Amino acid sequence: MSALNRRIVADYPLVVIALLLSLYGIAMVYSAGETDVRTVAAGVWKSQLVWLTLGVSVALIASRSSVRLLEWLTWPVYAGSLALLVVTLFFGSGAGTAASVKGWLTIGGIRLGQPAELAKVTVVLMLAKVLSANRNPPKSLLDLWRPALVVAAPWLLIMAQPDLGTGIAFIGIFFGMLFWSGVSPLLLILVASPAISLILAFSSWYWAAWFCLLIALVILYKPYITEGVSLVMANLGIGVMAPTLWESLAPYQQHRLLVFLNPSIDIRGAGWHVIQSQVAIGSGGFFGKGFTLGSQKRLAFLPAQHTDFIFAVLGEEMGFIGVTLALTLFLFLLLRTVKVAERANDSFSSMVAVGFATGWLVHILVNVGMTLNLMPITGIPLPFFSYGGSFMLASWLAVGIVLRISSEGRGGRPGTLGI
Amino acid sequence: MSFHPNDISRRARGAGAGLAVIFVALLAAFFRTQVLRNTQYALQSEENRLREVPLPAGRGIIYDRAGQIIAENVPGYSVSLLSPTADSLRASLSRLSGIVQLAPEQIEASVRRYRRAPNRPAVIFADAPFDVVSVLEEHRIDFPDLVIQSAPKRYYPDGQVVASFVGYVGEITEAELLRKEFEVYKAGQQIGKGGLEREYESKLRGQEGMRFVEVDARGRVVRDAGARADLAPKAPEPLYTNIDLDLQRYAASLFGDSIQGAVIAMEPRTGGVLALYSAPSYDPNRFIGGIPQEYWRQLNTDPRRPLYNKVIQGKYPPASTFKLATSAIALNRGIVGLDDHMPVSCTGGYQYGSRYFRCWEKKGHGNLSLARAIELSCDVYFYQLGLKIGLKNLLAGGISLGFDKRSGIDLPNEQRPTFPATAEYYDKRYGPRGWSNAVVLNLSIGQGENDQTVVNMAKFYSALATDGYAATPEIVRSNPERTRVLDLSPPQMAGLRVAMAGVVSGRGTAGSAVIQGVVLAGKTGTAQNAQNRNLDHAWFVGFAPAEEPKIVVAVFLEFGEHGYLAARIASKIVSRHLKAATTELIQTEG
Repeated sequence: MSALNRRIVADYPLVVIALLLSLYGIAMVYSAGETDVRTVAAGVWKSQLVWLTLGVSVALIASRSSVRLLEWLTWPVYAGSLALLVVTLFFGSGAGTAASVKGWLTIGGIRLGQPAELAKVTVVLMLAKVLSANRNPPKSLLDLWRPALVVAAPWLLIMAQPDLGTGIAFIGIFFGMLFWSGVSPLLLILVASPAISLILAFSSWYWAAWFCLLIALVILYKPYITEGVSLVMANLGIGVMAPTLWESLAPYQQHRLLVFLNPSIDIRGAGWHVIQSQVAIGSGGFFGKGFTLGSQKRLAFLPAQHTDFIFAVLGEEMGFIGVTLALTLFLFLLLRTVKVAERANDSFSSMVAVGFATGWLVHILVNVGMTLNLMPITGIPLPFFSYGGSFMLASWLAVGIVLRISSEGRGGRPGTLGI
Repeated sequence: MSFHPNDISRRARGAGAGLAVIFVALLAAFFRTQVLRNTQYALQSEENRLREVPLPAGRGIIYDRAGQIIAENVPGYSVSLLSPTADSLRASLSRLSGIVQLAPEQIEASVRRYRRAPNRPAVIFADAPFDVVSVLEEHRIDFPDLVIQSAPKRYYPDGQVVASFVGYVGEITEAELLRKEFEVYKAGQQIGKGGLEREYESKLRGQEGMRFVEVDARGRVVRDAGARADLAPKAPEPLYTNIDLDLQRYAASLFGDSIQGAVIAMEPRTGGVLALYSAPSYDPNRFIGGIPQEYWRQLNTDPRRPLYNKVIQGKYPPASTFKLATSAIALNRGIVGLDDHMPVSCTGGYQYGSRYFRCWEKKGHGNLSLARAIELSCDVYFYQLGLKIGLKNLLAGGISLGFDKRSGIDLPNEQRPTFPATAEYYDKRYGPRGWSNAVVLNLSIGQGENDQTVVNMAKFYSALATDGYAATPEIVRSNPERTRVLDLSPPQMAGLRVAMAGVVSGRGTAGSAVIQGVVLAGKTGTAQNAQNRNLDHAWFVGFAPAEEPKIVVAVFLEFGEHGYLAARIASKIVSRHLKAATTELIQTEG
């Protein structure tokens, strides 16, 4: 295929879906600014439109760059993003509802961007590089040290900000890409088992049940003896240590978790956001209150309505119909990206596409889930919707790379939504 | 990674299935929240958005029998503040106090009202003077949460003339709010505090309307109107009374500023109260929107006790007006006839045991028949009559005539008269040997352990004026209620009426109260005053015209000294009423 042809052979379904999502998103950002009480969200849709234009340009450039170039660039950009995260630790500042999170790289009082957003892309590239290096997928816990290290480095830097939401996104990406590389799901469960132990430790019964299940899994998977024993010991240790760990949390952290479990314990404080978000979405009903007409939003009952809680605005104004439309578009985006990964020419490309898909999925799940109190409030943005330049650029950069992978891939023809 | 196409497509299928499950689960969660629980959340969202601003309703208009207004509503203004918290209310109030005068008590009262009903605007001025309203309107822009609205205000055109029966209204107190009967009331609302306003509170209370204003998340008013359609306040049906406002005004004017006492005029056959006045009175209009402290102190320290309703709350010895009861009991028992004489003639007193009981007429009345004894109010005659009846029967008779019961007039706080039910009362009060049969002598002339309200005496005389049925006094028109208390033959009844007519004639004790062309029948009384022996209370209870009574009047003058003074007032009221009634009759015929 000639270079000219390659330009034409774009993955139109993917482009259309991503554009539709972005336009839908900008419409909602516009609406978020339409309030009776002036808020910071007023007029930001214009800058979001600029970011979208920039994002599409970035995507265009990315789609013109060979995947090989990307693979070659992986090491430097990964190292660069780590460096930026380190710098952010020292020159970081908070913003908006997440004022305590030093996520913004700020030099001379000017906020340049959020390096964590860039790191999401570079970690995907680096993980893809590491995982595609071997023909055989990791079979034991020890084999996982390389990919684990790739994620752990930026993860620790981000948790130090501390940005729990982005940290969750990295872990999601890690597991998603391991799955795609062919790691047995059983092993993945074993890897995750200490965390599961931690979550279930609040109830001795749940934890005991989980512990029995874990033993069964260990016997079933037959890892090395040392690994199996250390896994069991780790779970046991966490189960025992959990109360102490809980005690060691700062009171506000404990409070946040408790409010997540039951928002009504703090209606005026921490539970306020999620209750108002649920009220907004629930009051939207089937058809919604109408574009820009949501009263919860208009009267500033919704927190961070143009960023973290943009989906609550959507739910209130566009109703269940609008929610279904948005979620369906997201589902198509993910399925299409998985399709691209399936047809990718090489394993690196395939891993990269899946990495982006997983990243989006985690963001969607955590953000949308948060608006319904299915997930704790972690200040994680919704791709293509939440107002914010860095994430818009990162998302469209990912779209551009996936487009490139698609056109290089097998059967990369313009076609129907063949998903 | 294992990059065999088969492995890849297997994982792609797995991923696709996983994604589908995740998104279906998410959609299900949204379906539950948005569709299944929509009603609950929609309601919550409306509650978030809207604050209710109550629109006070006018109270029911009270009319007299001719359709003249006794109580109405006039436009007034109330000022209140919508606040998200008590602290912000306090802050706004202190800012407001820089513009209008606000006493610290007023601020505290507003904060208390807010605490009682945080979702309602906290009332600052229930009845704001016009200058305050205009100043606040000028500063409207600085206080977006200020609610200035018209609030109908109670007005009594005749002011203190009608206060005795109409009462007044005021803001519901915290103690009242705790009571079960007022559980639907909210802090800051008006409630009847006395008289008809209190008695008929449930009928007079209007249905509060509701205006909705839109507020933002911090409770600041964003939009004032149109958030939702207003609910208009509803005024209740008017209250029609039996009061004759002209007569009421006239009765009040007879007392003037100097005389203290009570008067009630009613129709004997229905109990319809034509006039009810306790002197001195107070101006209920000054009570609206908060009683000025100065006025309140003045009313409470006035020795003439303007707030004390002497018609239904004051209890006084009925004195000679009770002689008709003694007579009726004796006639009923067949102890005497109207023409019967007593063994001992009146020589100005009567010796009973070791004690000498005086007649009011020191010169003595001589030998009298019962009818004459009533006309001249001879005490000596009634001492002997009482002895003939005996204590037990006299007490039983008094009970059956209703002297131990409230009249049942439709006003709150009526006092129950004092009348011993049996002789045990004396045992209890004075000890079994602490009293003698001499109490009968006192009782028979309306003294002793017998304290009656003015209204209850009027009720008893309504039985004398008719066929023996006492009518329950009734201010608001409803169903006349009559109970038979006198079991006398028509000639006996007629005889008593003739005797009472004799009282108000040249022959009787109230000769100066004669009305030209009308026979007024009644009985004077001069009650010994426990507080001041020199200043007796004066009574007159009677009815007219004697042959076909249309009006019963009871007049009581505190420290009035002579019964005939009371009779003169009664006579003026009667003649005014009967002339007016005659004129009315002619008009209807014409």
